[in-house]
Amino acid sequence: MNSDHTSALFGRMDLESLDFLKVFLHPFDTNLLILSGAAWVVILGGIFVVAVMTYMKWWKPLFLDWLISVDHKKIGVMYIVLAFIMLLRGVIEGVVMRAQQADGLHGGFLSADHYAQLFSTHGTIMIFFMLMPFLTGLMNVAVPLQIGARDVSFPMLNSVSLGLTIGGAVLVMVSLVLGEFTTGGWTAYPPYTGSAFQPGVGPDYWIWSVTLSGIGATLTGMNFVVTIYKERAPGMTFFRMPMFTWTALCTAILMVFAMPPLTVASAMLLLDRYADFHFFTNDLGGNMMNYANLFWLFGHPEVYILVLPAFGVFSEVTATFSGKRLYGYGSLVVATMAIAVLSFTVWLHHFFTMGQDSNVNAAFGIATMLIGIPTGVKIYDWMATMYRGRVRFTVAMLWTINFMVLFVLGGLSGIILANPSIDFQTHNTLFLVAHFHNVLIPGVFFGMMAGYNYWFPKLFGFRLNDFWGYVSVWGWTIGFMLVFFPLYVVGLEGMTRRTVSYTDPAYLPWMLLSGLGAIIVTIGLIGIVMQLYVSIRDKEKTLDIGGDPWDARTLEWATPSPVPAYNFPVIPHIHAREAFAVAKEAGAGYQQPTKYTDIHLPGNTWMGVVMMVFGTGFAFAMIWYMWWLAILCLAIVVVSFVGRAIRGDRHPHIVKAADIEREHNAWLEKVRTITPVNREQELKQANLGVAAPEYMEAAQ
Amino acid sequence: MSTVSDAAYQAPGLVYETEHHHDHFSPQKSYMGFWIFMMSDLIIFGLFFATYGTMLGKPSIAGGPGPKEAFELSGAAWETVALLLSTFTFGLASLAMKYDMGKQKILTWMGVTLFLGLCFLGLELREFVTMFHEGHVPQRSGFLSAFFGLVPLHGLHVTSGSIWLIIMMIRIATGPIDELTKSRVARLALFWHFLDLIWVGIFSIVYLGGLA
Amino acid sequence: MRLGEERTPWRQPEARRLIRRAAVPLALGAATLLSGCVHGDNGFMDPQGFVAAEQHEHFWQVTWITLIVVLPVIVGVPWLAWHYRYSNKKATYRPHWDFNHALEWVMWLVPVAIIVVLSTLLWIDTHKLDPYRPIASEKAPLRVQVVGLDWKWLFIYPDYHVATVGQLVFPQDRPVSMTLTSDTVMQSFTVPALVGQIYVMPGMVTKLNMNAFKTGKWDGMNTQYNGDGFHEQHFVAQAVSPDDFKAWVTKVQGDGVAMNQMGYSKLSQSSTPEQVHKTFASTAMPDGVTWFNNVAPGFFNQIVNRYMNGKPVTREQQPGSVAYNARMGTAKTE
Repeated sequence: MNSDHTSALFGRMDLESLDFLKVFLHPFDTNLLILSGAAWVVILGGIFVVAVMTYMKWWKPLFLDWLISVDHKKIGVMYIVLAFIMLLRGVIEGVVMRAQQADGLHGGFLSADHYAQLFSTHGTIMIFFMLMPFLTGLMNVAVPLQIGARDVSFPMLNSVSLGLTIGGAVLVMVSLVLGEFTTGGWTAYPPYTGSAFQPGVGPDYWIWSVTLSGIGATLTGMNFVVTIYKERAPGMTFFRMPMFTWTALCTAILMVFAMPPLTVASAMLLLDRYADFHFFTNDLGGNMMNYANLFWLFGHPEVYILVLPAFGVFSEVTATFSGKRLYGYGSLVVATMAIAVLSFTVWLHHFFTMGQDSNVNAAFGIATMLIGIPTGVKIYDWMATMYRGRVRFTVAMLWTINFMVLFVLGGLSGIILANPSIDFQTHNTLFLVAHFHNVLIPGVFFGMMAGYNYWFPKLFGFRLNDFWGYVSVWGWTIGFMLVFFPLYVVGLEGMTRRTVSYTDPAYLPWMLLSGLGAIIVTIGLIGIVMQLYVSIRDKEKTLDIGGDPWDARTLEWATPSPVPAYNFPVIPHIHAREAFAVAKEAGAGYQQPTKYTDIHLPGNTWMGVVMMVFGTGFAFAMIWYMWWLAILCLAIVVVSFVGRAIRGDRHPHIVKAADIEREHNAWLEKVRTITPVNREQELKQANLGVAAPEYMEAAQ
Repeated sequence: MSTVSDAAYQAPGLVYETEHHHDHFSPQKSYMGFWIFMMSDLIIFGLFFATYGTMLGKPSIAGGPGPKEAFELSGAAWETVALLLSTFTFGLASLAMKYDMGKQKILTWMGVTLFLGLCFLGLELREFVTMFHEGHVPQRSGFLSAFFGLVPLHGLHVTSGSIWLIIMMIRIATGPIDELTKSRVARLALFWHFLDLIWVGIFSIVYLGGLA
Repeated sequence: MRLGEERTPWRQPEARRLIRRAAVPLALGAATLLSGCVHGDNGFMDPQGFVAAEQHEHFWQVTWITLIVVLPVIVGVPWLAWHYRYSNKKATYRPHWDFNHALEWVMWLVPVAIIVVLSTLLWIDTHKLDPYRPIASEKAPLRVQVVGLDWKWLFIYPDYHVATVGQLVFPQDRPVSMTLTSDTVMQSFTVPALVGQIYVMPGMVTKLNMNAFKTGKWDGMNTQYNGDGFHEQHFVAQAVSPDDFKAWVTKVQGDGVAMNQMGYSKLSQSSTPEQVHKTFASTAMPDGVTWFNNVAPGFFNQIVNRYMNGKPVTREQQPGSVAYNARMGTAKTE
């Protein structure tokens, strides 16, 4: 709780805002121990990182090679790094909540306020700062390569989007150290988040972090729509694009149209809080129902923004690891577009219980069930891809197979919830919580992990470790089931969501089971960390030099691993869908270009860093009412942006044709010396990234 | 004065390519990107409109001033005249640029546009000040909050557009009118016409609708 | 071999992998069986009223119908993965097969058919269970007005001029017809064993209708988070015989605390039912329950209209707000 004390210099910050001091005032309070402990983790973690960076002399490369880069591959990697860091915090928060509820019969160890902040940050982080960056990272990594382009259409804006997203994440991390986060959930409904009920900094942290990253996402959407329309290699018609690119296109369109409602909702809440407007207040004509409509106009398409890229990954992975063409390409495209369009017609199902007319509820309920049709078709198409294929159980494929089995249960609970009559019971219970985790974890998260395992060698030149990969798959699969299936049960038994404790002993066994599941999920998380560590340590054992470790089918695999900055030495001409697979079958997988020309690449930019630092600074200043700082940061942001817009890109970079030819020839030489392997050898050290043709074995 | 290229006559608008591109810039891509960005802006305005629509009822007016008390048609009418004229004069500036009619002509029409835009802003500010004096402030009711969300949002956009226009005028006055400049003016034109369209909506729905 | 270190690349042996393949459907099967253990003390799986019973039926109807399209996936995917595994050289391999007309028809039309059936059911059921729809009964319903406060529900019986916190007693032979509002923030009222939920919002009125099949006690609560005491915003919904109900009303009318403006101001401070009981109750009232009498007619409407009369409700006047609690002194303990 922040006092009304404001100073010109520090705004409304005072000693009470310093979370890391709280435990010293009440040393034996478990709740405060965790709260202050978290603050200290952030502080000490930050100091540790600074120390390591300084000792290893990594500051210069961090800035010059990474933060100011406009290379889509690097930006993609940075997005995914952000996602993993936030995943750590998000999972820990989930585990703490599960522990609290396992201990929650008549109390537990957390205060109600702390628990409420936890479920609010958990949701906000997982959606805006874990899944969104993860999928944006995968899109950045894969889409330009899949369409035969050199980069996205607006590389500088790409960097700006990243900077804004990181900025939002920084704000959420800072809220652990200074002040508190909202207790209104990731949805932040007013009037509870209005200034009468939460005058402190909590809801403002939410508003600004979500607005910053939301603007970043809108720009990303715009960027990828233009990229997919305009940067495709010659011959790549829309119907020759890989499925991941199709889903990326629909996701990008959704971003353009679905992020603005969130900006509007949070802007109106902002005006209510800062300037005493009456958009959502109790009195003087405010209408809180508008917030629900605006938020979910964003919120529903948002979950399709999350899931469509995962579906794209599953299409690629299923076809590749079944050794077979993707079944039903046309249906998959139509289904993807249908999902994108329909996603804008169902938002009311998030508040069936708000008192509207039955006709309205029923119409939206039917619309909601309709989305199940194209989604179901997609799953059947993937099953048909496995049918009469030769399925290989790589880590990426296991993420995919486990997704298929578990996700449809989330679909089932979704259809149940789509019925208003039933939803009047299940809304806001743990049944609902189980449903959306059922679609987000096996649906989106498994897809992200599959994509991560799939494309990692392309980016870094070595494959990820398989043993720890299997640990992570099964830890997450079994852990997810143990955590969330019991929640379906207690939800049906009437247990509400967001409750720090409960008094019905009938819930206890399920809460304990769920707590056990949290431990197993943690094992899965450790698996992810170990996988990365061991892979880097043992990278000589899983090298990918030829660029095609999985005998894959789409264009991005026809490049060296890691991919050179300019992607393709010569932009290829495309003649078919699954172009690389077709080329390999014709014996033309590795082509020697006849002519090389100079390549012009966009120059590095400081705009992303500027947006990150001063955009975040502006938001921080607004949260704490430090008006001088807000004006200063805003001015810098505006001047920088206008200045950059006027000056344009001053430092484009030319790669000389002779250098390209030399590099490319060297790589082709290496490829020629590598023994191609068939899929029996796929996970062995002998697989250096050149695939032996196996299609010839099957007689058609 | 350069000769007007065939590309200029064949392309229907301001966006066409005359040079082969070595660097990353492409007028068509920039224009498409800007269009899409405008679409997201359209959603934002649309939702402010929708919110305004839901706040015309008695509960949202909360015993305060309704449209008839709060709005004054003549001021809004003059603002409309100013903005609509400015969109026309911007069109003239665009034509002057497309057909290479010379910097003088371009800058003149841009100047008139800027003047009309600033008139619009001045009139609007005056309207707001009058409203504040009469106690018609957003803090009074949901209805007034919705009005003061929508209309100043538009005003802020016009302000940004005016600043952009000033910058472009300086660029045109001091530098060559190359493809990059033409592409930037094309985007600014799109922005300016878009704002005019939004104003037509505001004038019709908010002012005419409210006072009818 | 050290953990993580591989002399030969680690690969899951066939058998172990097959068992793991089965793990997921096995776990699902177990979960489904366990779900039979859902004994709904509180929930609608063991429905105690007309609405909950209907909802229960709908739930299983929808579930069984949807399983038609879901079970093939749960069964089919592991089977496909196993039968067409790379090492099974005997399985057919058609790497270029990527389309089949008949299959397309089936894939699209079966889900469409299921959704058509479900949509029909949905339309009917949604209208049947409209919360605003009165429950069919020979007797006139009991009118109750519900006010959501932080962190308790206030139940006003306008026909008897009494009000309660912590319990909603009603006669078993009549339905209950509720009109609801909130005097703080958005909340959601529910008694899962009997009926679903409905949102309540300040300045607005929503409706809910319910009944009970027999006498008994069930848990009711708020499901829309509204602050520190949210987890304690529970009450007991109790159906009694008509005679017992008459007796109870008489008792409340006699032993209740008078409801006046000052009393309500204190009541609407942020407090739990326990704290309300400590503040107001006498020994005549059960634990955690508080009774009020002399409730003026129009009391409920007054609460609603306060937000709709065109006058501001300042922070200090807004129950549930930080300023209100500060002004009223701290009744909530921490």
